[in-house]
Amino acid sequence: MSITVINLSKNYGSQVAVNNISFTAQAGSVLGFLGPNGAGKSTTMRMLTGYLPQAGGKASVCGFDIETQSLEARKNMGYLPENNPLYPEMYVKEFLDFVANIHQIKNKKQRIDEVITLTGLQTEQHKKISQLSKGYKQRVGLAQAIIHNPAVLILDEPTSGLDPNQLIEIRSLIKELGKTKTVILSTHIMQEVEAICDRVIIINKGNIVADDLLVDLISKHGEKTLEPVFVKLTKAQNR
Amino acid sequence: MYKKELYGYLSSLVAYITIVIFLVVLGLFLWVFPDTSILEYGYAGLDSLFSTAPYLFMFLIPALTMRTLAEEKKEGTFEILATKPLTDGQIILGKYLSALTIVLFALLPTLVYYYSIYNLGVSKGNIDTGAVIGSYIGLFLLGGVFTAIGIFTSSVTKNQIIAFAIAVFLCFFAFSGFESASKILSLQKFDDVLLNIGINQHYQSISRGVLDTRDLVYFLSVIAVFLLLTKLILGGRKW
Repeated sequence: MSITVINLSKNYGSQVAVNNISFTAQAGSVLGFLGPNGAGKSTTMRMLTGYLPQAGGKASVCGFDIETQSLEARKNMGYLPENNPLYPEMYVKEFLDFVANIHQIKNKKQRIDEVITLTGLQTEQHKKISQLSKGYKQRVGLAQAIIHNPAVLILDEPTSGLDPNQLIEIRSLIKELGKTKTVILSTHIMQEVEAICDRVIIINKGNIVADDLLVDLISKHGEKTLEPVFVKLTKAQNR
Repeated sequence: MYKKELYGYLSSLVAYITIVIFLVVLGLFLWVFPDTSILEYGYAGLDSLFSTAPYLFMFLIPALTMRTLAEEKKEGTFEILATKPLTDGQIILGKYLSALTIVLFALLPTLVYYYSIYNLGVSKGNIDTGAVIGSYIGLFLLGGVFTAIGIFTSSVTKNQIIAFAIAVFLCFFAFSGFESASKILSLQKFDDVLLNIGINQHYQSISRGVLDTRDLVYFLSVIAVFLLLTKLILGGRKW
């Protein structure tokens, strides 16, 4: 298993953000992480990436515990944070070079050119990040996440703010990456989940309310699409 | 990390403006303003340089360091850094050393003053070289302490202006606050202790040209304390 999460929990003061969740994910699949706003998706991802310390439970990435072998775990994953923070004053290539240096990548130049082609940044590669449109910034964020060819990719709302054409391109890229890697992505767009995810976890108020293969989840509830299932599961908990 | 930060300084105006202001103000004090001018003073010494520079550092170094961590936190880019295989220690050290390098760049041109005074002496070379070397070491260590204070205050807030204000206050207090406090009548009993906590006492001692290990240990430990405090605050991730 490339990602194993056991009873992971996190609270902010008395408010429980993530409540004892457990799940696993393996290579060669795209896992959709769904839930209403404030359900604990980002918090879970931040714990997995070692940004926030967990309050309880255990999790490992590629066999490395995120608490005790944090550096090793971080070496094996790529992360695109929510809202995609970047250094606006840096040039695209300069920024990718900086990230490549952190990961101590061999054949740095070649790899940077590779990810620029992969993410479709060729025409923008000599610009400053602050001059890019939102869609291209998103691609830079994705490029820095995959530059070291990580086994695990964690993407927090990777397609927010993209136009329809960019959406299709980025989705097919994620799907392509998912063939060999473990990809976890969070999103609010149900069509997107149906387009690229093999498996779905729905989380509500810090608890997992569904964890199933996409097709099974839809057929179990006797629906044709994911949307009514999502509404049913997350509304039921609210009452 | 160090390289990226240093290029960050060199490609923005902040560093250049700070260095230029430092040199211009110092030049004015040394050669033009009659109260502190070397030409009026009558002795071939750089004393007024070393008594003016700490007060300039007090304002200019916090201006250099105020954005280091505050901006990362505000823009969210700290999340990118923290989820890369870098320890918090490496991040802080990278930022510290790059800021210190800029301080060094500001100091280097002042060697010209030493050269001119060396040649201006009634008999050429009539200057206390030992004291000057000591003073430069003292000034550099002082810059090191102020930089550490600046990085620390930048870590406690997201707001650069607040970081700047607190840093100026802390630098001032550390430099001469303790000395002034030791003169308060009711604190007379502890005046030795208070004097020794303050930076000025140790700065003066090094300026005499005697490099005492006690002073060196003092400066290095103050730097270490502030950098460790920074690490502690970053580790908490409570912002």
